[in-house]
Amino acid sequence: MTDNKEMTPPPADNSVKPEKAAKPNALNIFLEEVSRNSLTVTILAILTGLLLGGLVAVLTTETVYSSFRTSFGLGFREVFRVFGITYSALFTGSFGQPDVIRAAIASRDWQQINTALSPFFESLVQSTPYILAGLAVALGFRVGLFNIGAEGQIFVGALAAVWAGTRIHGLPPIIHAPLALLVGGLGGAIWGFIPGWLKAKTGAHEVINTIMMNYIAFRLSEYLLTGFLKDPTKAHPISATVDTAAWLPRLFPNPNRFHVGFFIALIMAYLVYLLLFKTTLGFQLRTVGLNPNAARYAGMSIVKNTVLAMALSGLLAGLAGANEVLGVNRNLGVAFSSGYGFDSIALALLGNSHPLGVVLASLLFGFLRNGALRMQLQAGIPIDIISIMQAAILAFIAAPGIIRTIYRLKEPKEESGSPLLTAARKGQAQ
Amino acid sequence: MTPVLELRGITKRFPGVVANDHIDLKLEAGEIHALLGENGAGKTTLMNVLYGLYSPDEGEIIVKGKRLVPKSPSDAIAAGIGMVHQHFMLVPVFTVTENVMLGDEYVTKGGLLDRKRAAARIREISDKYNLFVDPDAYIKDTPVGIQQRVEIIKLLFREADILIMDEPTAVLTPQEADELFKIMGNLSKMGKSIIFITHKLREVLEFSDRITVIRGGKVMGTTTPAEANQNLLASMMVGRDIELDVNKKPAQAGEKVLEVTGLTVADAHNHLVVKGVSFDVRAGEILGIAGVQGNGQTELVRAITGLMHPVEGKISILGQDTTRAAPKEIIELGTAHIPEDRQKDGLVLPYPIMDNLVLNTFYKPPFAKGAMLQEEPIRENANQLVERFDIRTPSIETQVGSLSGGNQQKVIVAREFSRPIKFLVASQPTRGLDVGSIEYIHHRLVEKRDDGCAVLLVSTELDEIMQLSDRIAVIFGGKIIKILPAKGTTKEEIGLLMAGVDTETQKPVSQPVPVG
Repeated sequence: MTDNKEMTPPPADNSVKPEKAAKPNALNIFLEEVSRNSLTVTILAILTGLLLGGLVAVLTTETVYSSFRTSFGLGFREVFRVFGITYSALFTGSFGQPDVIRAAIASRDWQQINTALSPFFESLVQSTPYILAGLAVALGFRVGLFNIGAEGQIFVGALAAVWAGTRIHGLPPIIHAPLALLVGGLGGAIWGFIPGWLKAKTGAHEVINTIMMNYIAFRLSEYLLTGFLKDPTKAHPISATVDTAAWLPRLFPNPNRFHVGFFIALIMAYLVYLLLFKTTLGFQLRTVGLNPNAARYAGMSIVKNTVLAMALSGLLAGLAGANEVLGVNRNLGVAFSSGYGFDSIALALLGNSHPLGVVLASLLFGFLRNGALRMQLQAGIPIDIISIMQAAILAFIAAPGIIRTIYRLKEPKEESGSPLLTAARKGQAQ
Repeated sequence: MTPVLELRGITKRFPGVVANDHIDLKLEAGEIHALLGENGAGKTTLMNVLYGLYSPDEGEIIVKGKRLVPKSPSDAIAAGIGMVHQHFMLVPVFTVTENVMLGDEYVTKGGLLDRKRAAARIREISDKYNLFVDPDAYIKDTPVGIQQRVEIIKLLFREADILIMDEPTAVLTPQEADELFKIMGNLSKMGKSIIFITHKLREVLEFSDRITVIRGGKVMGTTTPAEANQNLLASMMVGRDIELDVNKKPAQAGEKVLEVTGLTVADAHNHLVVKGVSFDVRAGEILGIAGVQGNGQTELVRAITGLMHPVEGKISILGQDTTRAAPKEIIELGTAHIPEDRQKDGLVLPYPIMDNLVLNTFYKPPFAKGAMLQEEPIRENANQLVERFDIRTPSIETQVGSLSGGNQQKVIVAREFSRPIKFLVASQPTRGLDVGSIEYIHHRLVEKRDDGCAVLLVSTELDEIMQLSDRIAVIFGGKIIKILPAKGTTKEEIGLLMAGVDTETQKPVSQPVPVG
């Protein structure tokens, strides 16, 4: 059997190399590259990405062109107007409108304040699944695993949570809601466990298998939502509404959808931090991720740690799915597909695979996505601009050379020794 | 006579260090000039400056009377300077000719590769300098020694007359190394000038015309083999007196600690590379396994330490059957392992020193309480070991990857020696290390032996085997062809056995030397 733990093909064994450096897999090389980004580069990447999004918004707005046809001055005015409205709508959409908030506070009317602040809380609601799914991918990264299957694990988590929420009855909320959440997490964990086990036992690459598991999850959800889990009273494939006892409680009246899931996500982030950096298990997981050979040499089990990491990763993604079902939608439709699972890869990278970084990155994406809704309604700027912004930010993070060139930043100094190996305890130092 | 190459006041600074501090060096035509220094002394930096990979902060390079400012290796090559790197830059699936042509291709009128003309040229070069290289052989089928000659041919093909050789013998067997020095002699007779970087004193004294010693980025002096001796050079390199000979008491061999019987191991490609090997190691002795790289030592060690499972045979450690035991069980029996490739197996390079020092004890008290790591004891342990094992580092939080090779090895030694051990497997423990670190590690190994630890030493360095072992087992073609007492055995005898020649019959042992 060949060693499939390496993504790079084994080099022909032709020469004896006494001082061969450790050969991390391609994922590790990439992650190390990314983790060398300084905070400056990260912030500049975000700003540049946002700017680029605005530019695309301008370039794709018909009125800009028509104004230019009228006169040059008018054209420029229109450019600035579109720029301005894009960002102001993005801002008010994600944080709320300052004058409305001020007026609401002045009125001392609780409901008015609640409504005025609801965009801000809605952004937090949007960030919640991002945090959980981002943690899932980040945990995988730390163990040298590329879990592309977060999307599928989210689906399975959502399905499992819906099952627990619609098929179990008569429990008090204090038990039912945590139980449904846990069942969702377990569903995701199973979905992560399978490719983890396949990798550990047969060497099958987790990238391939998590992608395949995604497809299975999508089709499984269609199958279940048209059959077993379908609400018989509805014509289209959608599940019944989850028992109120299983709802993740909302903290404010409508239209504010802020629910306890956000705090659960923050607690999970802290737990992942503890797990990775403060426990013996985390030490093993990280060692396996950074150098599986050394892990084996030191008596750690690659099989056990790989399987465990994938299951934990799946658990977190499953919680993201359960969170959406129990906290926001309260039922599950076929079109549930959120893309959270794929965005989460970006979040893990942006957050340098560190729980705190993931939380911050998730907040950014959550606020952007929520603001974009407003931007579309108010400014008529398509919501897809946000995807462009997110993609641009990610591209700049992944290719920091671009940012360094634009802003004339100096190349990070390479320490003596291999350039691969300079990512200190960056994770912990953050 | 003007020197072919002159370096004047070369200074290269990196953040925090001056790698080269006003280095002057003169290379005369047709001389073999050894550049001697410890790892990290600045030899490689200096050569990279000369080769156009770094630009110097100060100083100038004069080649054949003309000033050269190399911006890239191609400038250096154009000026007739060529470099043979320690790690060869060859494409295994290409032939010798194709590799040599790479980057300087001969083309026919039709725009196709003209392999024939290139091959003819290579044959010509090979004959001229007695290199015995077949232009049509594939690199993957050629032994390491020949691959190195291909690298030399590459330079000659590009008409280099100043050759830089970076640690050329590091990858060679003693016999191959002798061959190489013959070739270098030929080259210099034909007017080529050679700078040869090394930290091996014997080679320098035997084969160079002049020796320049570098320490801490500065030239310590230039001398000739006639004026110098090993101890003088070692002291110049290290800056203090060096005790090169290991004085050890006779071994007090006790009970059998490791027993290997009929062990057969297959490599990753399912080829049998260890074939029915039997031997034992007793408490309080060092058994040295001598052999050319690639004769099954790697797999033998991996099988003993549980990193690989044997196909057949039995291994027992301290009376316990460990044939198919997991690494952890073997470690817990009191086995320590200094792995052959410290960066690949022995260390997690991005981890700080403190974490690497508990890599296999992290789960035990005081480093862990239940599931939680205890940072304080881990720090305390690191502080103690850094002090005790003289690990040179700015702090215990420094990444191991940024330490020098010698200090990396000390981290491993510190970790393995600081827990109670009864059996030590040391595989190439001093590979690539400088004299100071070698001295240090050798003394520690003997110290462990005297403490009653059984030591299995695997090394391709014959000197090391001869100096440290109480008994020597020679491995060839996956078999241990002889086990001899170290006393009364000569280096030549072992050298011949390593090459597969039985010393009694003077006939080759059946298998050919496997490569790679």
